[in-house]
Amino acid sequence: MAYISQQLLNMLQLGSIYAVIALGYTMVYGVLSLINFAHGDLFMIGAFLCFIATAKLHLPFVVVLAVAAIGTAVVGMAVERLAYRPLRAAPKVSAIITALGVGVFIENLTLAISPYPRHVPEMIPNVSWNFNGLTVSSIAVLVVLLSVLLMAALDFIVRKTRYGMAMRALSWDIKTLPLMGVSVNAIIALTFAIGAGFGGAAGTMYAMAFPVIDPYMGIMIGWKAFIAAVVGGIGNIRGAMLGGYILGAVETLAAVALPSTYRDFIAFTLLLILLIFRPNGILGQPKTLKV
Amino acid sequence: MVRTLLLGLSLVLLMAGCTADKDNAIHVGVIAELTGDIPAVGASCKNAAEMAVKTVNDAGGIDVGGRKYLIKLQIEDSAGRAEQAASAAQKLITHDKVIAIIGPNASSGAIPASEIAETAKVPLISPWSTNPKTTIDPRTGKQKSYVFRACYMDSFQGRVLAAFAQSELKVKTAAVLYDVASEVLKGQAEVFKTSFIEKGGTITGFETYTTGNKDFTVQMTKIKNGNPELIFLPTYYSDVPLQVQQARRFGITVPVLGSDAWGSHDLLGLCGKDCEGAFFSSHFSANSTTPGVKKFVDDYKALYGSVPDDVAALTYDSFGILFEAMKKAGRPGSEEIKNSIQKITDFKGVTGNITFHEGSGDPDKSVVILQIKDGEFQWFADIKP
Repeated sequence: MAYISQQLLNMLQLGSIYAVIALGYTMVYGVLSLINFAHGDLFMIGAFLCFIATAKLHLPFVVVLAVAAIGTAVVGMAVERLAYRPLRAAPKVSAIITALGVGVFIENLTLAISPYPRHVPEMIPNVSWNFNGLTVSSIAVLVVLLSVLLMAALDFIVRKTRYGMAMRALSWDIKTLPLMGVSVNAIIALTFAIGAGFGGAAGTMYAMAFPVIDPYMGIMIGWKAFIAAVVGGIGNIRGAMLGGYILGAVETLAAVALPSTYRDFIAFTLLLILLIFRPNGILGQPKTLKV
Repeated sequence: MVRTLLLGLSLVLLMAGCTADKDNAIHVGVIAELTGDIPAVGASCKNAAEMAVKTVNDAGGIDVGGRKYLIKLQIEDSAGRAEQAASAAQKLITHDKVIAIIGPNASSGAIPASEIAETAKVPLISPWSTNPKTTIDPRTGKQKSYVFRACYMDSFQGRVLAAFAQSELKVKTAAVLYDVASEVLKGQAEVFKTSFIEKGGTITGFETYTTGNKDFTVQMTKIKNGNPELIFLPTYYSDVPLQVQQARRFGITVPVLGSDAWGSHDLLGLCGKDCEGAFFSSHFSANSTTPGVKKFVDDYKALYGSVPDDVAALTYDSFGILFEAMKKAGRPGSEEIKNSIQKITDFKGVTGNITFHEGSGDPDKSVVILQIKDGEFQWFADIKP
């Protein structure tokens, strides 16, 4: 029993991190139909900012989280302004290739500055509680709660605020929106800022849970979160959250039931099968080309 | 034209070879990775080689069959590449007429170079190559007669670590977590498992991950469920801290054992206090209290200003083995030296006591076990299986 609940907790922690990163992919795709392949590397930037704020500046946790999220949001906006905006009228393939290029650029920039793996010191006191053999660490609790809080906040912004309405309108019809007096550039910049900011927050949570970071850490996590977004239905915010938890659950269950060597193999096979039956993801709507 | 040139060249070389003998000098070749992607390995090898030869020559040379000979060192660069290692071996044998070769260190270069040495019947000792193919001909599966190594192999390491866990740490159950993407680490994990079970132990968990994973919570929960008395982590030093931290976070407090993949000083900074008390195997310990080691470390520091690493120590021992064999060979010839190396027993090197058995180029030697204590790598024990 304790074993099962322990694995459920592991599942929840991993799924939360995937879900928060997947949101970044899905938001950008939602408004621009662009897959931001650099998102995994923005997540890595978030983790490194967290390292600087913790190990070098010794800031308290809330400030570290803010520094990482806002810092990564600024980087995300800069990437949009410098790399994606000039290509907005270009074919989608060019934009996607640019996104891949930006990802490699960010990795190598970090490599040039600091190629070594770094240890992130403890940000909150690491306490473990024991319930009949189930070990619950303060870090796991914080990661899960923080993720839920962030996702609830995002859901509120998108559904209930004027900016959220503008984002939804943008994804609906990018040509008509300016006629309604909305600045498309500002809304796209805001979308990138929120998406990247979530990546930065996820980077902080990841560095807290797994405190050795390196410049390549964003690649695999980025792919997995992207797949989570696709499984949930890319472009759909609640889908990204659902996809994150599904991927976390499938990965954990595969490793529990079978030798851990098969973990990624089984997880991705199941996801591929799911996509055969629901090519638009679980909550995704088939997009019809509007003429 | 070319042929005449070559003939002329080889005549000159032959004469050069003769004069060298008149000088009472024995030519020894070194192939090191001086450039390329592991220049630190080549630099350590070159330093230790020059130091070993200087020590002998300063003492008036080496006594072979009642005659004193000086050692002349010829160092070639392999650039860490297979083809350049092979051509360096070729050049040392045909051009420089060396009677023995030390190096290359990396298995990628040691394997092709060893084939050339074997064909030319010139003894070759690789200080650092752990790949079985260096001393075994992969086509016939037979041992090469002229090729030796100064380090132990991965299979040997796995066996010794299992023995250490059972006899020194007195554990009966163990769990293993390793990186399935690395052939070396996979080998260590599997040999450890087999040896541990053979001697009556139980493996409660045999978990894996792939390079780049940082979340080991699922594996650690499975390992905890098996309730082992020891965790064996044959994983690279950058993964070790996360694994140990996650184990500790789940309340797994049993001892942790690692392999030579831990041997980087970066581990201490990455791991913090979590790795305190953990054990791992190494080729060499610079803070061993053995007099031979202390002298080697002090001399090396005085000459080069840094603490010798594994490669330097293994290179130094390769020369030690070679000199020991020369003294007993009676005549400074490749054939005699080869036969003499095969008979080396209990050679007291800085990396442990080394014995060769007839027909095998792989030494029988002790494995150094280090412990992380007070934020440092400290010598714990020398273990033989």
